[in-house]
This record gives sequence, C-alpha cells and structure tokens, in this order.
Amino acid sequence: MSAGTGKLDVLVTDIKPINTLVKRFQFERADGRPLPNFSGGAHVVVEMKDDDRMRLNPYSLMSSPLDTSHYAISVRRDDQGRGGSLFMHNQVAVGDRLVISYPVNLFALDLRASKHLMLAGGIGITPFMAQMAQLAANGSNFELHYSCRSRSLASYAQEISAHYDHRIHLYYDDEGQQIDISTLLSGQALGTQVYVCGPRGMIDAVCSQATAAGWPDQAIHFEEFITPPTGKPFKVRLARSDKTITVGEHQSLLEAIEAAGIDAPYLCRGGACGQCETDVLSCDGSMLHNDHWLTEDQHASEKKIMPCVSRFEGELLELDR
Amino acid sequence: MSIQFKQETFRDDFTFSNSPEQIQRFPFPFDKDSFMYSVNLEPHADGRKDSAYEASFDVDEHYVSEMHDRALVLDEDPLRCQSLPHMTLAGWDVLELIMTEKSRDYPDLFTLERKGNQCHWINRPLEIDQHFTFGDETTLPHGPMEYITRQAQGDFCLLDQRNDNLWMDAGIVTTQADWSLDFDIGMNFFEWHAPVPLAHEMGIFQRALKFLLNIQQGRPARRLNWTLTINPRLDTSPENYHKWGIDKATVAPENVGDKVHLRVELQTFWRLPRSNALLFPIRCYLIKMSELVTVPKWGRRTHRVLRDIPPELADYKGFASYRDTLVAWLSQYDDGEKTSPGVWPE
Repeated sequence: MSAGTGKLDVLVTDIKPINTLVKRFQFERADGRPLPNFSGGAHVVVEMKDDDRMRLNPYSLMSSPLDTSHYAISVRRDDQGRGGSLFMHNQVAVGDRLVISYPVNLFALDLRASKHLMLAGGIGITPFMAQMAQLAANGSNFELHYSCRSRSLASYAQEISAHYDHRIHLYYDDEGQQIDISTLLSGQALGTQVYVCGPRGMIDAVCSQATAAGWPDQAIHFEEFITPPTGKPFKVRLARSDKTITVGEHQSLLEAIEAAGIDAPYLCRGGACGQCETDVLSCDGSMLHNDHWLTEDQHASEKKIMPCVSRFEGELLELDR
Repeated sequence: MSIQFKQETFRDDFTFSNSPEQIQRFPFPFDKDSFMYSVNLEPHADGRKDSAYEASFDVDEHYVSEMHDRALVLDEDPLRCQSLPHMTLAGWDVLELIMTEKSRDYPDLFTLERKGNQCHWINRPLEIDQHFTFGDETTLPHGPMEYITRQAQGDFCLLDQRNDNLWMDAGIVTTQADWSLDFDIGMNFFEWHAPVPLAHEMGIFQRALKFLLNIQQGRPARRLNWTLTINPRLDTSPENYHKWGIDKATVAPENVGDKVHLRVELQTFWRLPRSNALLFPIRCYLIKMSELVTVPKWGRRTHRVLRDIPPELADYKGFASYRDTLVAWLSQYDDGEKTSPGVWPE
C-alpha cells in the first residue's frame, strides 16, 4: 500500500502581492464545501500543469486552522529556480482551478510545551502564521523572532505585530539587526520547545547552538523544504518497471520517474519526510545526495537514494522501482 | 437495514451470543490455513457490503449492551479512561470524526447538526440528545474523547506523534485482551509493544511504525489481530485478572465449543486533522467456537491454524493450557477438504 495523500479540487479566489518577491494565493474548495481541518505547520502540495510538464511543489499553509472556508499559501518568486514559483507568479490567475493535496504536517507543534519559541527567516514565516493562529486561540504561550532582509521585504511583519503585539520580535538585516540566538536560547524556562524555519544557515545555527546549550533533541523542531537542485542530465534504469529514463537538467529524479508513468510514493518532495526512499541496485558513478532523511553512513553506502531532491553523475544508476 | 439491538451480558451470566446474520459478518482473521505475524495493513476504505468493514465505525447488534458494559467498567475503575493534558485537542478531533462518520454511515441511528461551533447530536439507540459547543468542554458531561467513546464500540487509543515515534497519551480501554492503559499511558510505540514475542526480531515493529507515522488525513488503514477468550467477556484486563484468569481452568471437552471464543480485534488508524495525532480504535468482536464452525470453511481453517501455531504464540496469546482440548474438539469439523483463499465464507 503506498501512503500518499488524497487530492482536493480548489479554485484560486484571491491573489495578493505582498511585496516585490512574495504573492499570497487563496484557495477555496471547488464544490463550495469547507476544506479539511488541519494543524498549524501543515503543508499542501500544489499540482501545476505547465504545458506538458507536471510540477508538484509543497507550500506551508499560512491561513488560520480555525477557518477552513479557505486555505492560503505564500510563494516567493525565485528567478533562478526550476520554474515552479515563476509559474505560480506569472501563470496562475484568480478563477483558475488547481489540484492540491490534503494537508500533511511534518512540522507539528509539540502541544506539551509550556512555551513555544519560534524563529523564522524570510519566507519561513508561513508555517508560523498558522501555528500562531492556532496557539493564540487557546491562550497558549508563544514568542516569535522573525528575521528579514529589509522592512520592505518583511512579509506579514506589520500584520502579525499589530495582531500579536509584544510576542513578535522583528530583525532587519539591512539595519544591522540579528537574532541573538545564544542569548535567546539560554534564557528559556524548562518545558520550552523551539521551532525554526528559514534558510539552511539559520536552521543549522539554531540547532547547533541549542544542542550545545544542552537542549534535548526532542525540544528542537525545524522545517526546511529543499528545492530540488538542477544539474546535468543523467540516465536511470528502473529495474522493477523495466524502463530506462533520462532525468533532465531542470527535472528531479522523482519527477522523471513520475513522467515515465510510474506511481512512486512521496509526501514532502523536499528531502525531509522519508516517504520516497528508494533502494539502489547498482551505481556506476557518484550520487549527489541532498536530503535530510538518510544518515551520513547511508549516503556513503550508495544503497539508498531520495529521488525527490538527490541526483547522480556517471554512467548508469539502477533503482529498485 | 435497521439493526435489532440485543439485550445481553458480557459478565456474570454471560448471555451474549451472535445471531446467524451476525456470524456471517464476523471479521474472520485467517486468510490461509496457517498463521504468522506480518505487517497486515490495508486501506480502511470501500468496505464490503454487509461486512464489519462496511462503515468507518461499525455498529452491530451488540452496540447497546456493549456500551452498558463499558459504563459498568468505568464506574468501577475510572482510570480505564485517561487523557494527558496536551491531548484535549485530539479528543475534539475524535469526537468530530466519530460523530461525522456515524451520522453519515447510519443516518437512521445518529444525527449531527452543526452551525459553526454550535452542535446538536442525537444518538437514537442510546436515547441521547445533546446540544453542545464544539471546543468547550464545559458543555459536555465528560471530556470530548470520553463523551463520544462511551457511545462507540471498541477501545480507543489516542497516539501523539512526536520525534518520529507515537506516544500512548490518551485512551479509553475497557474491552482489552489483557493490557492496561493505566500501565501503558505515556509509553512510546516500542515500549508498549515490548511484551510481544518474535515480532521484534522480525523487524515488524520498525516497519509498522514507519507506516503509521505516514498515515495521512482521509486515508485510514486497518489490520486484524486475534486471540482466544474464555466466556464472552469484554473486560479481560490485567486489573481484573483475578476475576477471569481462573476461567481457563474450566475448559473441558464437553463445554469447549461454548466456552472458548475467538476474539478478533479490528484495528484502524486515523490521522486526526486538528491535532496531528493518530487515532487507534481497537474494536473487539467475539464469536463462540460453536458459532464459528457453522461456517464450514472457518471451522476447517481454525482447526489447522490452532493445531500448527508455534508454542511461543500459543503461550503469549494465553491458550497453551487448553490448546489440546480445543484442537481435538475442532478436529471433528475438519474433513481435510481444501479451503478457498481469503477470509470470506465459501
């Protein structure tokens, strides 16, 4: 049985530019019914039919879990990326129909916390928008530290400051402001859970400083969806399906497997959840691992690959798929 | 089809029995003539008509009497229902799920009317008519999980998902095969499965956990588990072992067909949307051996399975002491004919 999620038909009911890089998209269910409930931190995978290509990109839900009349996501435009964000920015219009997955939460709140300490960088603010709405509704204790490049690029900073007041702390890079992570972590009471979502460097800094300060692993939560990197095309033999495919420069291995008509398991498509883990039968070349899921030993063993984000360079890669 | 609810007991005089129709819909667990553990998980969807798998939460002729028995257990021992403080939101998830599914699957028995958070719940078999505010515990006579699971057959475990593991942080457990919620509360998946023989070495629990962590909203899964129970007793708990442990010694050739019951657990797994917790209902079905053998295929197969089962499993499932008596009795229903694949009657 492959896990995976159900699908939802939605209409795009609103698109709002938030600043020069970010647009907010609002979805309502095409049949007019409420959307499924979800928990703060959940994401949906948006299916984009871009000519003959199918893109599937995950986006955190940022609307309130208490209001399922609509979902909202925010998409940051990446001019150098593989095109998913450009598709959302340039091709999707109000009134369009889209297919999205049911919500999946890989960045859940630990509801035992006496306090939720949240650190966001840039577009990493979005899962916290939903989590704060959920926590505020039942009077839970939370505090957000949000680092942005500049005031003009600080998505939702004014809105959440107005709403949550002293719980929100803003930091602007271009004004020389930085989150003092070690001081922040050292001043927390027992029972605090820390959450971080943002660029790789920020996640690494928070995790390593928290660990160094004696925080248990169970109290440190992070989410980073890696965008599948681009790279040279490569050939893959799919043994079970008896097919040989070529993975294109701007395509992920998972997308190439799907394009060959093979139903492969996935959830996050960002190297975090482990669902697409695939056995490697032979490897004549070198694998380029980009995931957070496999251990360093597993990476070195060349027996496993996460096709959502990882690639290959060499003669031929053979997979049990 | 409207259900004729039986008035019967699961203790003292043990008047429980299955009607012929109920026997036909029994979730028989053996799909071949032998048994070994496997990760026997499948989607809980598109259930076969007139089977125990048809509805999300099956309601059968024993519903009213089982709910009465649950109330008796809880009166004697309130610790059979526990919920750690962080699990209240998951409790509301459970209430919403069960009310929604039951009112959809059994519109003649259950009705849920809802306007925003104002809810009106009608349970006709149990004669309950309740107005309440979703999310406000003060508007219900019990917490949300306890309230709705006093109206749903089977035990319910609520598993919090953290740190790539599942934690038994709430539940209501009154119809269990010799395990205790009060003992297991707060344990993780490996801790509460520690007593199971053989399966750890086979890597069953690692694989099962990985599967369960990835169960998604709207995509429930199910599996069956089974054991044997003497007398139709729902509450075979460690807390009450002094009341039922001795029953094993009463099995004799002349009473084995009516005393020994196949006890099947229909276990389902549901991702809960608001809390991201996992709901794990364990629904217990009982059938006397004398009822089971009225389906010839089931009589033949049960004989072969119990005759050939490894001794460790007979011991763990608690029937080693009367296994020979039972197998001898079942042998008269096994003519050596081949059995067809799958669980359904021929």
